[in-house]
Amino acid sequence: MSSNARRKALAWKRVVADRAATLAAWLAALLVITPLIAIFAYLVIRGASAVNWAFLTHAPKPVGEAGGGIGNAILGSALILAISSLLGVPLGIGAGVYLAEYGHGRLATLVRFTADVLNGVPSIVMGIAVYALVVLRQKHFSALAGGVALGIMMIPTIARATEEMLLMVPRAIREAALGLGVAEWRTVVSVSLRTALPGVITGVMLAFARVAGETAPLLFTAFGNQFWNLNLNQPTAALPLQIYTYAISPYDEWHQQAWAGALVLIALVVGTVCLVRLIAGRGVMKGTA
Amino acid sequence: MTVCALSVLAVVALILYELVRQSQLSLHSFGWKFFTAQVWDPVAGQFGALPFMYGTLISSLLALVISVPLALGLAVYITEMCNIRLRGLLAFTTDLLAAIPSVIYGLWAIFVLVPLLRRYVEPWLAMTLGWTGLFSGPPYGIGMLAAGVILSVMVLPIISSITREVLVAVPRHQREAALALGATRWEMIRMGVLRNARAGIVGAVILGLGRALGETMAVTMVIGNRPEIAKSLLAPGYTMASVIANEFSEATGDLYLSALVEIGLALLLLTLVVNALARLLVWSVTRGVPVSSHVQ
Repeated sequence: MSSNARRKALAWKRVVADRAATLAAWLAALLVITPLIAIFAYLVIRGASAVNWAFLTHAPKPVGEAGGGIGNAILGSALILAISSLLGVPLGIGAGVYLAEYGHGRLATLVRFTADVLNGVPSIVMGIAVYALVVLRQKHFSALAGGVALGIMMIPTIARATEEMLLMVPRAIREAALGLGVAEWRTVVSVSLRTALPGVITGVMLAFARVAGETAPLLFTAFGNQFWNLNLNQPTAALPLQIYTYAISPYDEWHQQAWAGALVLIALVVGTVCLVRLIAGRGVMKGTA
Repeated sequence: MTVCALSVLAVVALILYELVRQSQLSLHSFGWKFFTAQVWDPVAGQFGALPFMYGTLISSLLALVISVPLALGLAVYITEMCNIRLRGLLAFTTDLLAAIPSVIYGLWAIFVLVPLLRRYVEPWLAMTLGWTGLFSGPPYGIGMLAAGVILSVMVLPIISSITREVLVAVPRHQREAALALGATRWEMIRMGVLRNARAGIVGAVILGLGRALGETMAVTMVIGNRPEIAKSLLAPGYTMASVIANEFSEATGDLYLSALVEIGLALLLLTLVVNALARLLVWSVTRGVPVSSHVQ
């Protein structure tokens, strides 16, 4: 009788523990989603009213004057990101192809480890390193230096994504091409890389989305600029830098501009991420099961 | 291709070389005392990095204390409890959290989180937990606590997505065996899944720590930027990354600049060690699982 009651109590305890754990996990999930919703809601509420054509196409006005926008910052970001993609995409894909197709020896292990190291370099440290490498040599801040800093940061992400995708390409396809007498480099480019292309593009876009919002590496490389600039050798504005400047300023109208700029930046970043999901979701690898 | 691969090595070597070269002056002037001295007074030529190291460490640990339980709960919920459709949605949501730029977190923290902390959370903490000394002093809003909270939101997606990877790598039959013995779902998770994934989870947490240590913009915007060591979490602080962000472009004099680069070098080495440790732990669990299950 008493042992039966004890058994019942134990069973009850186990059920309660199970329910409590489920509830706790559910609460954690809910709590994680809250800040995300809050951030997006605030961006839209505070930012949307200030985003219009003039805001997107004009350069900043001095404090106290109405109007002004982030046109020069958008252009500057485009310049810097173009430079960084020119540098980071070929190097990243090249390194990825090397790791997947030729990377078996000790050198490959070293490269893989170094790519991980590079991935872990704090972005602000990348900023001072590129300052020392480029800005000190040139003697002035420039879009070029900003592009180099972001480009280097793209390499490890793209390299690892390319490697993973190439490793998923079935051996049989490769062997078929080689069996038909296709040269090895041609097999890599037209067969392996071609098959893995959607995955590689996904990696490139993720790397792009990641560096597009980076501020810290640009502080002492691109530096920022209140005016229009197309010269790659001059200090250049960038969207994240502009948001930072506005956010820590003491003026209300600049705060408003910071929110609006942030809305534009997040639209760019989230748009890229969603596009990635679309590409990745649509049968990433044709020909692989 | 080999050239591209070698360029990765070259870039890292160049970065290290430049940082070491630029910090020579400070290394020779201060030696090890640089990391134990508490006074940071550029005008008087006194450079001690201890307040920044303290700030980096405390803000990161605070972020872990807040985010680890949440991230674990979320990962367990996604992999073991919810249905497939919700799983995809939640995974996508955490990916989005990871994609939000640091400066936007900072902006949100300044205008939403800090007033919230100042008005409601900090007075309450001071009243109920003030006796511990951790929550004393005026509630500025801006300070170590604000930095820790915003950092916790930022490292959460990393910890949770890697924990998810690790949990998925636990073999199915571990779960089935536990259930077959009559375990409830929670007992199955606790004994069959979490116990097997322990090392990997610790790795995920350390990887989150690595991210928190190097995080710059959001922290700089809310930590208060005062180079002092205070016991209270409500007081302003300063981190290694944010002192570089704030003072590097205005640093006058070679010694000042060199001291900042040395802080950068120390930060780099610190994150390197932390990341390497984390990778080893994650590998020890996910090793032998096909690559395809990592990418979800």
